[in-house]
Amino acid sequence: MKAGYLPKLLFSPSVFLVLVCVYGYIMFTIYLSFTTSTMLPQYDWAGTANYTRLLGLDNWQVSLGNLATFAGLYIVIAMALGLGLAILIDQKIRAESAFRSIFLYPMALSFIVTGTAWKWLLDPGVGLERSMHLLGWESFSFTWIKDSEMAIYCVVIAAVWQTSGFVMAMFLAGLRGVDTEQVNAAKVDGARTWQIYLRIILPQLGPVFVSAFVILAHMAIKSYDLVIALTNGGPGRSTWLPSVFMYQYTFTRNEMAVGAASSVLMLVAIGAVVLPYLFSEMRKVKNG
Amino acid sequence: MANAHTHAIVHVHGASGIQPRLDLARIALYAVLFACAVVFLMPVYVMVVNSFKPLDEIRSGNLMSLPIDWTVAPWLSAWSTAQIGVEPTGLRPFFINSFLLVIPAVVLSTLIGALNGYILTQFKFRGANLMFAAMLFSVFIPFQIVLIPMAKTLGFLGLAGTVKGLIFVNTVYGIGFTTLFFRNYYAAFPAELIRSARMDGAGFFGVMLRILLPNSTPIIVVTVIWQFTNIWNEFLFGASFSDFSSYPLTVALNNLVNSSTGVKEYNVHFAGAFIAALPTLIVYMVSGKYFVRGLMAGSVKG
Amino acid sequence: MASLDLVNVQKSFGPVKILHDISIGLKDGEFLVLVGPSGCGKSTLMNIIAGLEEPSGGSLTLEGRDITTVAPAERNISMVFQSYALYPNMTVAKNIEFPLEMRKVEKSKRAERVKSVSKLLQIEHLLERKPRQLSGGQRQRVAIGRALAREPQLYLFDEPLSNLDAQLRVDMRTEIKKLHQRLKATIVYVTHDQIEAMTLATRIAVMKGGVLQQLGTPHEVYNRPANTFVASFMGSPRMNLVKARVAAHGDGLALTIQQGSAAAVHIDLPRDAVPAALARYSGEELIAGIRAEAVTLATEGMVAGPMQRFVDARIEVIEPTGADTLVVLDLGGHEFTVRLDPDLALTPGQNARFLVDLSKLVCFDPKTESLIA
Repeated sequence: MKAGYLPKLLFSPSVFLVLVCVYGYIMFTIYLSFTTSTMLPQYDWAGTANYTRLLGLDNWQVSLGNLATFAGLYIVIAMALGLGLAILIDQKIRAESAFRSIFLYPMALSFIVTGTAWKWLLDPGVGLERSMHLLGWESFSFTWIKDSEMAIYCVVIAAVWQTSGFVMAMFLAGLRGVDTEQVNAAKVDGARTWQIYLRIILPQLGPVFVSAFVILAHMAIKSYDLVIALTNGGPGRSTWLPSVFMYQYTFTRNEMAVGAASSVLMLVAIGAVVLPYLFSEMRKVKNG
Repeated sequence: MANAHTHAIVHVHGASGIQPRLDLARIALYAVLFACAVVFLMPVYVMVVNSFKPLDEIRSGNLMSLPIDWTVAPWLSAWSTAQIGVEPTGLRPFFINSFLLVIPAVVLSTLIGALNGYILTQFKFRGANLMFAAMLFSVFIPFQIVLIPMAKTLGFLGLAGTVKGLIFVNTVYGIGFTTLFFRNYYAAFPAELIRSARMDGAGFFGVMLRILLPNSTPIIVVTVIWQFTNIWNEFLFGASFSDFSSYPLTVALNNLVNSSTGVKEYNVHFAGAFIAALPTLIVYMVSGKYFVRGLMAGSVKG
Repeated sequence: MASLDLVNVQKSFGPVKILHDISIGLKDGEFLVLVGPSGCGKSTLMNIIAGLEEPSGGSLTLEGRDITTVAPAERNISMVFQSYALYPNMTVAKNIEFPLEMRKVEKSKRAERVKSVSKLLQIEHLLERKPRQLSGGQRQRVAIGRALAREPQLYLFDEPLSNLDAQLRVDMRTEIKKLHQRLKATIVYVTHDQIEAMTLATRIAVMKGGVLQQLGTPHEVYNRPANTFVASFMGSPRMNLVKARVAAHGDGLALTIQQGSAAAVHIDLPRDAVPAALARYSGEELIAGIRAEAVTLATEGMVAGPMQRFVDARIEVIEPTGADTLVVLDLGGHEFTVRLDPDLALTPGQNARFLVDLSKLVCFDPKTESLIA
């Protein structure tokens, strides 16, 4: 039905808010990244100076390196674990819904809560290492969270714990969407269970792999709450991610333009992952 | 033509054809699942168990063991006397802040999403698809990129450092998701129902209030649960746009835990974390499949 | 190829019994069709034969080997599914090759087999396509090809033609029959379409409510149905089943058909047309069955043969099908369908005389509904 004035009128506040508060703000921040803003916005043009400075900053390099390590491990492990759990649960388990609930509940928690719980769990003085010592295993050492080389892996552990259940739910839905007659046909054809998964079921899950990847990747790039709660960026800045960098440089170090530039780069990274996916999905919807 | 063979009648156990027999592979399967379940439950177990221990028991003992000296003091402290920032108020005022924030924000963003979903699926106008795509993308952006201009705007509107400001921010950035949910739901809604309502004379609001909304319970539940969970757990906006009086619970908790001064009261931290987790955990346990549906809807394409 | 024996096969899902004591002995090279309405248990029985479900009781033997609890992969059977169940991510060639791969057949032999099977089914030109690029009929052939690849002892077909449109269904039916004759394969075939059953089977197993109603050749099932269910299920239009009263008539018997206030129709029965057991029903009612094609329009000067009798009836409805004319009569107050020549000039309401071939008469006990033999 063609729209009269009323639907357009009622839709326009949302349009206004999204255009201003999302795209308008993005434009503003992009603009800021080309200015000389420090503690407060200043509108003198600085060209690409901030980006040059940004790329030369050691803190930024550390943040990028950490993001690469974190995102790489997080995505791979969460997908593998999610897929693995989904396949296990797909085996006609008794108490299936109990298991599903257990693997999925971390998604209901705030990253701050997750960070707090894991922070002390991984703390050598009071957490796992100490428990092992008390059980008699004196030489057990697990000081990752205090170690600037290893702390980032603690973030991976907590992040995987939080979101694997989500990936599992996605794969489980995908597994159950496969036609059971195909599985039956494969059984009659002589395929063993692992062959059925490998040759028939998993190849059909391509779209789920893509969706899971896009979502995990974008969550990795945006990760902030978890890092703050778990390590607060430390020890030192060994668990800085671009999101932490942005916050620090904008609000604490009074280099607002550099902070703006870093957020622009974050947006570009997310766009690179999400936009192709969105385009192909919208095209699929249009083609019916 | 009955057969003359006299085979013995074989009765097979578990012969519903659905439950496979219990053998070594199945036992291994359950063992692995059980082990994973333990790992997944462990952090919350640790959190709860240690929130009931006095501090010296935590320091001298094992994080994994049950309390010897059960005490609810950490909970009382976390709730009403713990040091948040410079004030010993406990988490209680911030728990209230979160509720004051979440309820209006959820209601508003859900209503707007429903309205948008209805308009986008029932009416054709120029730019509709483009706007929907724009809203869809807005869900993915790193919110760091809007912090500075939003701070300015809130200052300009006199909402800086207030709960109302947070309501505004969370509502605006929730519109993308809620519109997505309702739009997908209404796109699958039987068109004949709407057409026949129109033929009966229902206008814009008539169709919405009498046909769509009454039949939207599943998606309303999903959206409310999703928004409640996300906004209750939200941290970045809270940390950026609130001051001490308007901190949401997540910010207060982080403050409590990350305060670098003095003695680390792990038991209080754990109690506080559990207090923060409780509402969304309860919603999760009660809503079950609706929670999952929200996750799926949020992950599936537009 | 092999013989298949089902002995007292039962299946229950919890308290609900789906299959009751199914016993069927199938010889090498036979084409058995399991036919019946939805819910009769034929698909469940098929799944049990395939090994996709276990029976709650009874046993299955394939060529002397007990396969009751053997996994599907070990049974040396192939199955064609209703939805074809082609593997979407594999080409047609790979689909056909898959069972051979799973049996670890050597690569060159596999390629050879794919080629000969695809040639037989005329799908050589489709070998590199994916299932989504094929039409329904093409997918069906690929599914059959995949089943043929391994040359198993037994073929199972689960309603393979249900998803095809009417004309294609008829063509494919003939193809399947030709395949059977060529391969001399032992086949178990499930369908709800009684025409498929009649045209394809060497023997038909009619099922209802999990109980085997009759196991016989198409001729037996059609002409000597074991009960009224089989009588009305098989054949189109359905066999006419009317309540009739038996009375002594001379030194033989006669049937009286009368419903309500209509004029009674009397048919005296030739001795050779009815079984001796019918005499027990003298003075009682039974259910008489005659098929539509056993009746013809009586013409001037026509003489009734020893097994034929004339009856009068009023024409109610005339349905020309092109190949014949189906006419619904009022026979003694009952509706009675007859199949007549195509080009007749008849009008509804007209009274006419018909010739009935009583050698085709079958009678059923009114209480048990089984055939009086």
